[in-house]
Amino acid sequence: MNTQSNVMPESPLDSQGIAPAVVSATQPLYWSVRRELWENRYIYIVPLAVGAVTVFGFLIATIGRAMAMPNLAQRLAVLQEPYSFSTGLIMAATFVVGIFYCLDALHGERRDRSILFWKSLPVSDLTTVLSKVSIPLVVLPLLTLGIVVATQWIMMLLSSLVLLGSGLSVAMLWAKLSLPEMWLMLLYHTVTVHVFWYAPIYAWLLLVSGWARRAPFLWAALPAAAIAVVEKVAFNTSHFAAWLQYRFSGPEHFAFPASGDSPSHVMMHLSLGTFLSTSGLWIGLAVAAALLVAAVRLRRYQGPI
Amino acid sequence: MTVIEARGLRKAFGSTIALDGVDLRVEQGSILGLIGLNGAGKTTALNAILGLTPYQGELKVLGRDPWTERDQLMRDVCFISDVAVLPRWARVSQVLDYVAGVHPRFDRAKAEGFLAKTTIRQASKVRELSKGMVVQLHLALVMAIDAKLLVLDEPTLGLDILYRKQFYDSLLNDYYDRSRTIVVTTHQVEEVQNVLTDLMFINRGRIVLHCSMEEFESRYTEVMVNPERVAAAQALKPIHERHVLGRSILLFERVDRQQLAVLGDVRTPSIADLFVAVMGNQAGEVKGAAR
Repeated sequence: MNTQSNVMPESPLDSQGIAPAVVSATQPLYWSVRRELWENRYIYIVPLAVGAVTVFGFLIATIGRAMAMPNLAQRLAVLQEPYSFSTGLIMAATFVVGIFYCLDALHGERRDRSILFWKSLPVSDLTTVLSKVSIPLVVLPLLTLGIVVATQWIMMLLSSLVLLGSGLSVAMLWAKLSLPEMWLMLLYHTVTVHVFWYAPIYAWLLLVSGWARRAPFLWAALPAAAIAVVEKVAFNTSHFAAWLQYRFSGPEHFAFPASGDSPSHVMMHLSLGTFLSTSGLWIGLAVAAALLVAAVRLRRYQGPI
Repeated sequence: MTVIEARGLRKAFGSTIALDGVDLRVEQGSILGLIGLNGAGKTTALNAILGLTPYQGELKVLGRDPWTERDQLMRDVCFISDVAVLPRWARVSQVLDYVAGVHPRFDRAKAEGFLAKTTIRQASKVRELSKGMVVQLHLALVMAIDAKLLVLDEPTLGLDILYRKQFYDSLLNDYYDRSRTIVVTTHQVEEVQNVLTDLMFINRGRIVLHCSMEEFESRYTEVMVNPERVAAAQALKPIHERHVLGRSILLFERVDRQQLAVLGDVRTPSIADLFVAVMGNQAGEVKGAAR
């Protein structure tokens, strides 16, 4: 192994009398995030498409089925069915998008050699990695929220129009479906589970994508599968598999309610306390931070593959 | 001002030594040509200068350590590497937007001015451009950056002759002035001969020749010797001898031109001929490869 040290002392940054940059510190980060969205348009196309399909399905299937029901109560029951289902669908889509994005984020730029161009610009490895991790941790959650809100709002509007058109009052539908409350729950779920609880998953995928020369998906998944299998064979236990399942399904106390029923605020506050006192949360965040630091350092050594 | 200063620069990949104690000084305003065989260490040296690879030894570029301060260094350094590395998925306008967004010394209007002289449209995607156009685009970006050091690694590789000629013409006419420094590696030695101010040969990770072009011209003389004078010419200890169409061409180092003029036709050698001569006189095993 060749040594990677160098013996130069740190030089003062302004020893050349270089004029201060007119580009502010956050600007490279902002443009790097935009760059990710230019390159990976599926980040917003996929959730938008799922949202559109949901609305379309609601329009032709659900409304038709509802109007075939004999009385108002049954119509309302049918009309409020797809809200949580569509939300779950959009969230699942963005989760999958996040996983595939992370697996490619630091691999694609090496594969197509464009890393040499990005490294020729005054953008640090830290900024680059931060811009990439902000896609699953900031951009995708915001997109999810926005698309879910828009989808549900359109669905609500459509059902109201249909009910009004058939001469029925919409007050009962609005009373049964409290959209703002659902959105609050969704926001809570997104921030706790999809941002904080899943952070180490995304960080791990990013690190592997920056490290693997090929097949980052296999490198990310196989070690976990191997550990689980070895544990099962050697000790006939499945602690690792259980731990993985725990990480992916989220701490059960505050799993998103399966139905669209209005959740109680008390429960929400309680589970926030539980969430914050879960050791898995803090261990996960520490692991995520360590993995990201490793990814930043690794990118310095990486070139085209 | 010294732009690049290296002392004892070493880099090994496993048991292969890519740089074997390179000492190097590049002064502001020079256009240095780094010439060597494939695998001689040119790209490794450039990568070390650009902060793309770790190394041992001392290296300062514009007073900075490239490995730990790459991002700050890149405000004052630009590079174009051997193959097209612009993102193929991007539109030309997006590339301009991005560079303008992150680079404090990028003049977008200037870049657009250069692009206007080409057939490149801003709405095009990079993948739709020909190889020559991608290089034109990259050159337009780089020339619009007010950098102190420009590093070019085989910038004209794979380009047709028209683009190659244009490349160095624009570089000299629209970009280069005495305050800028350019380091270029190329295999197309003949097209940079009149561009360079300094010349460096690198072989097996070591610098085997480093001189200014003025020195090069005064130090080396090539003589197409008249057949009856060959013995006399050989007595003056040429560093290389070759035969073209039955005539001997001898290369001399530090021999008086007037003394040589009587032997035959005297001229300044091409860099390529000197390279072959210097490499031929190096360790025997590279002899064959030098041709």
